[in-house]
Amino acid sequence: MSGSWTLLLAVIAPVAGAAAVGLLGRRPNLREAASLIAAAVTFGLVASLVPTVLDGGRPAFLLLELLPGFSLRLHAEPLGVGFGLIASSLWFVTVVYAIGYMRAHHEENQTRFYLFFALAIATTVGAALAANLLTLYVFYESLTLATYPLVTHGGGDKDRAGGRTYLTILLGTSLTFFLLAMAWTWSLTGSLAFVDGGLFRDGNALIDGVTPGLIAVLFALFVFGAGKAAIMPFHRWLPAAMVAPTPVSALLHAVAVVKLGVFTILKISVYTFGIGTLAMVDAGQLLQYVAAATLLIAAVIAIREDNLKRRLAYSTISQLAYIVLAAMLANRFSILAGGMHIAIHAFAKITLFFCAGAILVSLHKTTVGELRGVGRAMPITMGAWLVASFCVIGLPLTGGFWSKWYLAQGALEAGEPLMFGVILLGSLLAMGYLLPPAIRAFYGPDPAAPLAVRARGAAEAPRFSLAALVFTAAVSAALFFAAPQMSRWLQGIEGIG
Amino acid sequence: MIASHLPVLQVVMSLVAAPLCMVLHRGRPAWLLSVAVSWASLACAVALLLQVIDDGAVTYAFGGWAAPVGIEYRIDILNGFVLLIIAAISAVVVPYSLRSAADEIAPERLWLFYAVLNLLLAGLFGIAITGDLFNVFVFLEISSLASYALVSLGRDRRALTAAFRYLILGTLGATFILIGIGLLYAATGTLNMADIAVRVQGQLDSRTILAAFAFLTVGISLKAALFPLHSWLPGAYAYAPSAVTALLAATATKVAIYLLLRMVFLFGPDFIYEELPLSEVIVTLALLGVLSGSAAALLQTDVKRLLAYSSVAHVGYMLLGIGLGGMLGLGGGIVHLFNHAMAKGAVFLAVGCIVLRVGSSELASLQGIGRRMPWTMAAFVIAAFSLIGVPLTAGFIGKWYLVLAAMERGWWWVAAALLVAGALSVLYMWRVVEQAYFHEPHPANADAAEAPLSMLVPLWVLAAASVYFGIDTSLNAGLAARAAAVVLGIAP
Amino acid sequence: MSEALGLYNYWIFVALMMTGLFIVVSRGNLVKKIIGLNIFQASVFLFFISLGKVDHGTAPIVSHAGDHGAAIYANPLPHVLILTAIVVGVSTTAVALALVVRIFEAFGSVEDDDLHRAEHES
Repeated sequence: MSGSWTLLLAVIAPVAGAAAVGLLGRRPNLREAASLIAAAVTFGLVASLVPTVLDGGRPAFLLLELLPGFSLRLHAEPLGVGFGLIASSLWFVTVVYAIGYMRAHHEENQTRFYLFFALAIATTVGAALAANLLTLYVFYESLTLATYPLVTHGGGDKDRAGGRTYLTILLGTSLTFFLLAMAWTWSLTGSLAFVDGGLFRDGNALIDGVTPGLIAVLFALFVFGAGKAAIMPFHRWLPAAMVAPTPVSALLHAVAVVKLGVFTILKISVYTFGIGTLAMVDAGQLLQYVAAATLLIAAVIAIREDNLKRRLAYSTISQLAYIVLAAMLANRFSILAGGMHIAIHAFAKITLFFCAGAILVSLHKTTVGELRGVGRAMPITMGAWLVASFCVIGLPLTGGFWSKWYLAQGALEAGEPLMFGVILLGSLLAMGYLLPPAIRAFYGPDPAAPLAVRARGAAEAPRFSLAALVFTAAVSAALFFAAPQMSRWLQGIEGIG
Repeated sequence: MIASHLPVLQVVMSLVAAPLCMVLHRGRPAWLLSVAVSWASLACAVALLLQVIDDGAVTYAFGGWAAPVGIEYRIDILNGFVLLIIAAISAVVVPYSLRSAADEIAPERLWLFYAVLNLLLAGLFGIAITGDLFNVFVFLEISSLASYALVSLGRDRRALTAAFRYLILGTLGATFILIGIGLLYAATGTLNMADIAVRVQGQLDSRTILAAFAFLTVGISLKAALFPLHSWLPGAYAYAPSAVTALLAATATKVAIYLLLRMVFLFGPDFIYEELPLSEVIVTLALLGVLSGSAAALLQTDVKRLLAYSSVAHVGYMLLGIGLGGMLGLGGGIVHLFNHAMAKGAVFLAVGCIVLRVGSSELASLQGIGRRMPWTMAAFVIAAFSLIGVPLTAGFIGKWYLVLAAMERGWWWVAAALLVAGALSVLYMWRVVEQAYFHEPHPANADAAEAPLSMLVPLWVLAAASVYFGIDTSLNAGLAARAAAVVLGIAP
Repeated sequence: MSEALGLYNYWIFVALMMTGLFIVVSRGNLVKKIIGLNIFQASVFLFFISLGKVDHGTAPIVSHAGDHGAAIYANPLPHVLILTAIVVGVSTTAVALALVVRIFEAFGSVEDDDLHRAEHES
C-alpha cells in the first residue's frame, strides 16, 4: 500500500458518504453523522499522503485508459495534497456549521443538500489529485454539475436564473477555452500529463513548433478557461450564485469551486508549462494586467455593494485575482504566495460567510446598512468576522500577512513594481469593504431594534454554527505561525525549493 | 455454406420480411417477424465484420457474374462498420417499437408499418453493402420511399406535409445522384465502384468527371442534410412516429455520410483534398450547419424538434471530419458516425417513452418529468452527455479527434467553432434537463408512470453503449481508424 | 458552334431539367410540384437514353447469321438502367400522390400557402 490506493480511496470516501447520506435521508442525525464521518475519513486519507509527499514521493494511480496515453490518473504532489486537505477539513467544518444553519433556517430538501455537498467534495478531491489535464478537466466539469443543485437549492425562479448564469459561464468557458487549450497542448506535445518543469521545454529551449507567443496564447486560454477562478470578464457567475444557502456560498466561495479555479491555474502553470518556461517567455505579461484590473475593480465594486453576501462575493473575486496574479508573475516567491493564499483565504473567507449566514439566521439581516448593533447581539460572531477580515486584508498576526508578503516579494523579483503597488492598493481596498460592516456592528445598538436583541450576546448564532466559525477564525489567525511549515511543504514543488 | 452467402442475406432477409409482414396481416406477428429479422441481421453484420477484419474485403458476385459485368457486393472495414451500426440500431429500435408504434399508429395499419420498416432497412443495408453505383441509387430510393411513408404515419397531421417536403427534396437529391452516376458511367464505362476508382484516375480534370462529382456531391449532401440543404430534416424528424425518428436519425443520414466517404474513396483523396478547394467548402458548410443547427435547437419549444436541429448540427460534425480529411479527420468523422447513432438513437427513444406516457413532446409538458419517469430521464441525460461530448462518453472521442484534426491542419478557428458549438449544445440540452428536474411536475404529466420495460431496455442498451464506448474505445475508435485508412486508400 | 449544336440532346436535357426544377420550386400547388418533379426526372431519363445511343447503331442483338463483327450496336446498359429508374420514378409519383390525397383529407387544401398557415395554427 504505497499510497497509490489511498488516492483512489480519498475520492471514493466522499462518494460513499454521499450514498450514505442518500440512504439515511429520513434520519437527520445519522445523516449528518455520515457526512462528518466521510469528511473525517477523507481528511485522514489525504493527510496520510503527507509524509510520503514530504519525502519527495509522488504516488500515482491509473483509473482508466481511454486511448493510448490518454487516461484518467491520480497522483499526489504538494499543491494538490494541500488543496485536498483544505477541501476535506473545511467540508467537516461546513457540515458542522450547516447542522446549525439548515435546521435553524428550516431549509427543505436537506438530504439533497448534504448529498450533493459530498459529491462536490468528491470531485474537488479528485481534481486536487489529478495527474493530468484530462483528469483535472473531468473532475472540474463534474464539480460544476454537482454544485448546480446546491446553487438552485431554493427552487424559485430567481434561483434558477442564478443557476443558469452559473452553468452558462462555467461550462461555457471550460468547454470552449479550456478544451481548446487542452487539445492544442496534446497536438503540440502529445501528452497531457502534469510533470515537473512542464511539457514545453527541452533542455533550455522550447520544444519544436512552439513559440513564446504560442505559449502566451495557450496560457491565456487556460486562464480564461478556468472560469471558476472568476477572472473578469468571466466573473458574473459568482455574484449570481449568491442565491444559494449560506453554507453553499461558504463552500463555493471559500473552498471548492473558486479555489479549484485558481488551483487549476496554479497547477497548470507549474506542471503543464513550468514556472521556468513561463518566466522565460514572459507568458503572463499581458494577463497580469487583467488579473490586476480584476483585483482592483472587484474590490471597488465590493466597497459599493450593500448586500453582505454579494459584497463577500466581489471580495472573493478580488482575492482570487491575487492568486491568478501569483501565477502570472511566475517565480518562486509568487507561486509560494499563491499556494499559501489558497489555504489562508479559504479559512478566512469561509469564516466571513459563516458570519454572514449566522447574521441572516439569527437576525434576518442581509445588508451592511442593517448591521448596526449586531456586534452587541452577536459579539462572538462579529469578533470572528474581525479576525477573518484582518486575515483577508493581510495584517500581521494573521495568516493573510504571509501570502501578501511573499506575493509582494514575488512582484519585486519579477521586476514589476506596478504589481507591487496593485497588491498594496488591493489590501487597502479590502479594508474598505471588510471593516465598515464590523465598525457599524460594534458602533452601538440600533435604536430601532427590539429590546430583546439589544442585550449583549442576545442573538448569538446557533451553537453548531458558532463552533464552526470560531474554529475557522482561529485557524486563519493561527496560520500566521505556520508559515515555515507551509513554505517547507510548498518547496516540494519543482522550481520553488 | 451460409458464411459465403452472408452478404446477400444481409439485404434479402429484410427485403423478404416486408411482403411477409403483408401476408401476416396483423401487427403483433409482423412485429415478431421484424424483431427476428433485425436480430438475424445484426448477427449477419457482426459475422461479416469479423470476416472482413480477419481476411480483408469480402466480395459477393451476383448470379456468379464476375465483377465488372455483374453486380457485386463488396464489404470492407468501412461499410462493414456502417452495416454494423444500422443493424445494431435496428435490433434495438424494432423491439422498442412494439409499445411505441401501437400507441402512435392505428392498429389496422400496424402490419403495414412493419412491412415498410423492413423495406427501409433493406434499402439502408443495400446502400451500405453494394459495390455497384447504380445499385446504390436503387437502394437509396427504396429506403427513401419507405422513409417518406414512415414519416407520414405520424399522428400529427403535419407529419403529412413534412413527409411531402421530404419526398420532394429527397427525390431531387436522388435524381441528382442519378445524373452523377450517368456522367460517371459516360466517362468510365463502368458502374462498379472499385473499377471506377481505378479508371477515373488519369481523367480527373475532364469536365464530365467534374460535373459527375458536383452532381453526386449535391445529391448526397441533400440526403445527408448538409447545411443549407437540411430544411427537410427537422419537420420529418419532429412529426414521424417516435420509433421511426429514432431509426432515421440514427441510420438514414449516416448512410448518406457513408456515401460521401465512399466518394472520397472513388475519386481519390488527392483529387478531393489537393486539386479541389472542397476541403474549405465542406468545412465551412459543416461549421455553418453545426452552429446554425445548435442555435436553432436553442429556440425550439418541442423536444423532438430540438433534437432534430441537434441532428443537423451533428451531421455537420461528421461532414467536418470528411472536410478536414486525413486519418484524424476521417477517423473522427467515422467514429462520430457510430457514437452519434447510439446517443441520438437513445435520446429519441427516451422522447418516445415520454410521448407514450405524457402524450406530448412539448418542452413545457416535460416539467418535473424527471420525478415521474426517473429511468427514462436518466438515460436521456446520459445520452445527452454523449451528444454534448462530455469526457467518458462516446461523444467525446469523436469530438476530440475532430478538434485535433483541425489543429493538425492549423485551422484553430475550426477547433474554436467546434467547441463553441459544444457549449451551445450544453445550453439546449440543459433546457430539457432543467425542465425535467428543476421544476414542479406539470399537470399534463400528473399521472405519467415510468415507461414499460420493453421500451426501457432498448433505451438503456443505447445509453449504456454511449458510455461504454467512451471508456473502452478499442472497438469504435479502432475500427474507425481502420475505416479511415480504407477511405484514404492506405489499407485495402 | 457546331460542336455545341451537335450536342443538342444535352441541351434538351438541360432545358427540361431546368423547367422541371423551376416548377418544383415556384409552384405552390402540390400536384404541380409533382408534375415538375416528373419533368425533372424525365429529363434525366432522356439524358441516359441518349447517352447509350450510338450513331447508326442497331439494337444489340446478336443475329444467328454470324456477321456481327461489322455491325455497330447501341449501348444497352443505360437503357436497362433507365427502365429501373422509370420504375423508381413511377413509385415516387405514386407515393407523392398518395400523400397529396392524405394531405387534402387532413387540411382541405393542397396549396402550400394554406398548408403553411394551417400548420402554424395547429
